[in-house]
Amino acid sequence: MMIRWLETVARRVAAPVVASLVLLIAGSPAFAADLRVAVAANFGAPAQQLAEAFEAETGTRVAISTGSSGALFAQITQGAPFAILLSADEARPKALVDQGFAVKGSQFTYALGRLVLWSPDAELIDSSPAILETDRFSHLAIANPQTAPYGAAAMEVLGALGLEEELAVRIVTGESIAQAFGFVQSGNAELGFIASSQLATAGGGSIWIVPEELHAPIRQDAVLLEAGNDDAKAFLDFLRSSKGREIVAQFGYGLVETTQPAPSIYG
Amino acid sequence: MVEAIVLTLQLASLTTLILLIVGVPLGFWLARDTGIIASVVSALVALPLVLPPTVLGFYLLIGLGPNGPLAPMLAATGIRTLAFSFPGLVIGSVLFSLPFMVQPARNGFAGVGREAFEAAATLRAGPLDSFFSVALPLARGGVVTGAILSFAHTIGEFGVVLMIGGNIPGETRVLSIAIFDAVEQGDWGAAHQMSAGLLAFAFVVILTTTLIEKRAGGRAR
Repeated sequence: MMIRWLETVARRVAAPVVASLVLLIAGSPAFAADLRVAVAANFGAPAQQLAEAFEAETGTRVAISTGSSGALFAQITQGAPFAILLSADEARPKALVDQGFAVKGSQFTYALGRLVLWSPDAELIDSSPAILETDRFSHLAIANPQTAPYGAAAMEVLGALGLEEELAVRIVTGESIAQAFGFVQSGNAELGFIASSQLATAGGGSIWIVPEELHAPIRQDAVLLEAGNDDAKAFLDFLRSSKGREIVAQFGYGLVETTQPAPSIYG
Repeated sequence: MVEAIVLTLQLASLTTLILLIVGVPLGFWLARDTGIIASVVSALVALPLVLPPTVLGFYLLIGLGPNGPLAPMLAATGIRTLAFSFPGLVIGSVLFSLPFMVQPARNGFAGVGREAFEAAATLRAGPLDSFFSVALPLARGGVVTGAILSFAHTIGEFGVVLMIGGNIPGETRVLSIAIFDAVEQGDWGAAHQMSAGLLAFAFVVILTTTLIEKRAGGRAR
């Protein structure tokens, strides 16, 4: 009966649906971007700003797709149409090069990630990890340690503090650092480990900036996926340019000293 | 993986049980009442068929949380949020699968017809008695189909759980999430095992409901 009912619905809506599909398909190229970039969730906001600045300079439209580094990696190995990957780690770009999905020699570190413990409650965190040793919270949000480098770093920090086992039952994991942030923002988790770049969206609260020595550095690498794509190369050059680095730094990321200056397409 | 399978079955069983208790009377009422209120309720029940699971997940994330309408009641029991918890998933699943129970049940009751109730009334059966001894047996096909579809739909639920679950082993990491995780981690062996299992399961479910509907339809004629 369910199926019969669905059939009736299908018959009634078939004609208008087909008509609107035809219209949509005919109209769709108008929305197509010139360059598709896959971006690790923590870098979503800066990537958007980079894309706007890049478009203002070159007229090239950039479409940003965010996800956990693990999800993006899996998509790229299955032929996802991205020209660039801005990962949150070094390992996945390297694996893409090794497996022939990325251009050899194109990998470089565009940002050094900083981990922050954040709560919207201005009283909760006193610029130290002390809160983690108390019973004053029921849920600590982190990104999935298996797929998101920020999640792995968060687990490393808990390990360094000797709290890994004690907090195991109170940890909730988001699919990416963006979802972990959402869990805290919605109040369902009292606090969470997020990326420093997300503090701009956080709008206050209390934080503990995690000292860098508590976890392995989060080296975020970029890699070119389409060898012949000049727009993509230009975007990577822009990312390495002083203007690009300025935007990256604005969001709280560290930068690696460049030994070779950016190729001079944009001076 | 076993943990995820057991958890998924628990979630689907409990959801189906609650839907039987809530959805069958609701379907009965909707089949017999033609008023405006019934139409509005009918439309509300059907919403999850049309809405993306993310909409439901988003509102549940807010609604089940410390700022939601349930918060004062929860606070009394010492619980801050129902997100990241099995009860939270049950609430989400019941809402999400509601039309899959109510729709077939309503159709089943609609096929019973007034004569059967009139006959029951002549035999002095009360409303409750005639519901259990006349309506329910005659609408059995629809109710069973609804239960099977609700169970299967909950097994296949992904979006809502992804939005509110927090991926906790043994608590909220159901099969669909475990598969998503396995794919992201590049563990395609595990992903294949679980996916193939679900594929076979889904086929059996659809085949079974088709056969039930055929039998019920044949009897009606």
